[in-house]
Amino acid sequence: MPALESVAVPERDRLSAQPSQPELSTLDISSVLFFLLAIGVVGAGIAVVTLRNIIHSAVAMMICFGSLAGMYALLGAPIVAAAQVLIYLGAISVLILFAIMLTQAGDANLPAPFHRQGPIAVVVALAIIGLVGWAVVQTDWGLLPEAVSAGVEDIANAVFTTFALPFEIISLLILVAIIGAIYLARRPEEDERAN
Amino acid sequence: MGIEGYLLVSAALFGIGTFGFMARRNAILMLISIELMFNAVNLSLVAFNAFLPPDSNAGAVFALMIMAVAAAEVTVGLALVIAIIRTRQTAEVDQYSDLKE
Repeated sequence: MPALESVAVPERDRLSAQPSQPELSTLDISSVLFFLLAIGVVGAGIAVVTLRNIIHSAVAMMICFGSLAGMYALLGAPIVAAAQVLIYLGAISVLILFAIMLTQAGDANLPAPFHRQGPIAVVVALAIIGLVGWAVVQTDWGLLPEAVSAGVEDIANAVFTTFALPFEIISLLILVAIIGAIYLARRPEEDERAN
Repeated sequence: MGIEGYLLVSAALFGIGTFGFMARRNAILMLISIELMFNAVNLSLVAFNAFLPPDSNAGAVFALMIMAVAAAEVTVGLALVIAIIRTRQTAEVDQYSDLKE
């Protein structure tokens, strides 16, 4: 009977039961890194939504996305971190900065940044943070004590086998988005000149 | 650091994005706030992928696909915003009230 019980212990319990004493120094380094990156993410996020000048907001957004890339690397998902740098830091940030520079015609006296429903927004945001945070703290996750890194090969296998159909559908979605963006952003005069 | 820290950062980022979307008056900044919320969800997915024992990597794959969808969304969104700004000469969403009347 005792032998059966020891066999029935789930994998995760045995993993969490292992003492992590020898890895104390690396644990400390990863905790410090996590706190620095968390401050970067949350601080830059608050700066994004509160700064008056929208260019400063966009730069804060880049800091936020960069810290998130570091966090993905810390979670052992290097391919996601690389995609974050390529897509968010590389493509989306530049796109947003271009849009800002195309549309903000250098108005020196900026209008008030906040809507009059700002106080309601604060209450809603705090309610979301409080509810989700409470749920996170209350839930017994029963998880591994440390992050398990996801190998690039495993992710590639998953993308091209299990998730092959969504992958192909996303390529179609991006094609539609490209055509739609070109159509929407074209000036009307160009149509008339072409005719 | 356990999963709770990552999920709390994710919740904080999602709340910040919600606040920005509701409170700011600039159309481009509302799009940036939506990006913040996408990133919050991505962070929680990658955290679940790293800490949950069934090792299928679905969380990381979902995060990559959300990034692709977010790129498509921001492309079309910015094209729309630029087209509206070109006709209305302002980025303030309070001014886009023609359909209300």
